[in-house]
Amino acid sequence: MTLSGVPDAAPLGGPAPLIDVHAHFLHADCGRAGWAAVNEARFRAGERIGIGCHVASILGTWGHRSPTYFPSPHDVSLGNDAMIALQEREGHRVRGYVVVNPNHTGHALAEIDRGVSRGLVGVKLLASRRADDPLLDPVLDLAAEHGLPMLHHVWQHRTRSWPNQDISDGTDLGRLAGRHPDVPCILAHIGGGGDYAHTFAAVADIPNVYLDLSGSGVDRGMLDDALAAVGPQRLLWGADVTLETGLAKLWALDVIGLDDEELAAIRWRNAMGIFPPGTFPMIVQAAGSAG
Amino acid sequence: MTLPDPATPSHRHTVDVHSYIGPYPFRHVPHPDPDVLVRVIERERIGAAWVGHLPTAFHRDPSHGNAQLYRALAVHRQRLHPAPVVRPDWPRWMDELRRARDEGAPVIRAYPPQWGYGDEESPLLDLAHACAEAGLVLLLTTRFEDLRQRSRLDVAGDLRAASVRAVARASSAALLVVAAGRDFVEEVHWGLTPAEQGRVWWDISWVWGPPEDHLAHLLQTMGGERFVFGTGWPLRLTQAASANIALLPDPSAASTFADPQTLAGAASATAR
Repeated sequence: MTLSGVPDAAPLGGPAPLIDVHAHFLHADCGRAGWAAVNEARFRAGERIGIGCHVASILGTWGHRSPTYFPSPHDVSLGNDAMIALQEREGHRVRGYVVVNPNHTGHALAEIDRGVSRGLVGVKLLASRRADDPLLDPVLDLAAEHGLPMLHHVWQHRTRSWPNQDISDGTDLGRLAGRHPDVPCILAHIGGGGDYAHTFAAVADIPNVYLDLSGSGVDRGMLDDALAAVGPQRLLWGADVTLETGLAKLWALDVIGLDDEELAAIRWRNAMGIFPPGTFPMIVQAAGSAG
Repeated sequence: MTLPDPATPSHRHTVDVHSYIGPYPFRHVPHPDPDVLVRVIERERIGAAWVGHLPTAFHRDPSHGNAQLYRALAVHRQRLHPAPVVRPDWPRWMDELRRARDEGAPVIRAYPPQWGYGDEESPLLDLAHACAEAGLVLLLTTRFEDLRQRSRLDVAGDLRAASVRAVARASSAALLVVAAGRDFVEEVHWGLTPAEQGRVWWDISWVWGPPEDHLAHLLQTMGGERFVFGTGWPLRLTQAASANIALLPDPSAASTFADPQTLAGAASATAR
């Protein structure tokens, strides 16, 4: 038994299928000696929680050779290579986004084609350009062509500039999503910093914007308000860089009055609906086993 | 869903040292009421809570908020223990401290950033000395919200590590610091002598878990006895602290957490 009294074999996040739509991994070229241990810690905690699939991205060299949010084309490719290798090594429990820097349009489009050809399942946009910038349009056009969702790093209500990134908020992403209604746009980490209440109001009426619940923030009321704003069909569970807050949100979702179908939608079913067919065979199997 | 088993409570998580009642001035907080807190700690298998009055953190004179706190908790005193505010640059502050002791409060809250104190201000040291004499824990709050979401009106800033070091060096009070992250904790802890370290405790509510494993790191390098269980309710989900413990590489490491009820005595012992 663990300290909490839950048997070791029982997933702390409950037995139902679970997809983390916002995960990250490190790699050997990110300038951090303990990178492999951090990756292993994600897998260890993921197993304890019961995460069936980590949908992840690698942001260039994580600032080692070019800025995390403004990665050079070389570092973008390096990170995507590492993501592809990890996905191939880990099988069904890892799926990857193609990271692109839209300031380098040709490279970005080529990376998407290359990533798709190697099995990556989504596009990850950082903060290299504001979300409503026209430079993002060809990226989303190509995402639509491939049937990929797009995960966009978001600052919940930007009221000023912040160093080292061209931040976007829900209003900015909403404008982009409105121009590309066929692309599911995942608004990153509502608990990742800023005023999520602004986000909820900004995207409530934009049907192709999905909210990912990840981030270190665990404000009470945040989940309830997200649910009220967009409903369970547009929420996606994720953890980002703090898996304990992800687990806490799973436990909180369990006590805010959702029924089993709504919980399933947030935990895995919504993700199944926006990623390409065949992305989550393990989840399909688990869902079948769960009846 | 699998929640922690009520039959086997995390045995030192008998007290949540970091909770409040009352509204927060900068955003809506759902039902921050004592009866709700009682239901939450029962649901989460937490035995009791040290409860502050959230609005009082932003009042100039804490006496009215303290009075509200005592009244609000009166019918829940088996589970909810008051954590009143004593502002040591306010006239008759010793009366407030005596009242706290008479009301059975185990801990005193102080808010140096909200009161504009410098790092080595004598009023805070005066309060620390008085808490030590009265056998009361002195609780300092690092932050209420993440910097990135703070209201433009909330300009006090975070508690500074230098303020904590100054108090730990100058008094024998038991210092409890809540809502600090790894960097803050380490800056204070490794800037103190072993005897001074022995008078400072930390709640885990703002320490990251996996994959960075900050909590596991701190337990390994500083020892579990420097930590206590705290949640930040009603600002934060109570479940986060429990989840952090459940995801430790070795969850039993949390069994070495300090018992909050013994902090004042333990701090006093280090001063002898």
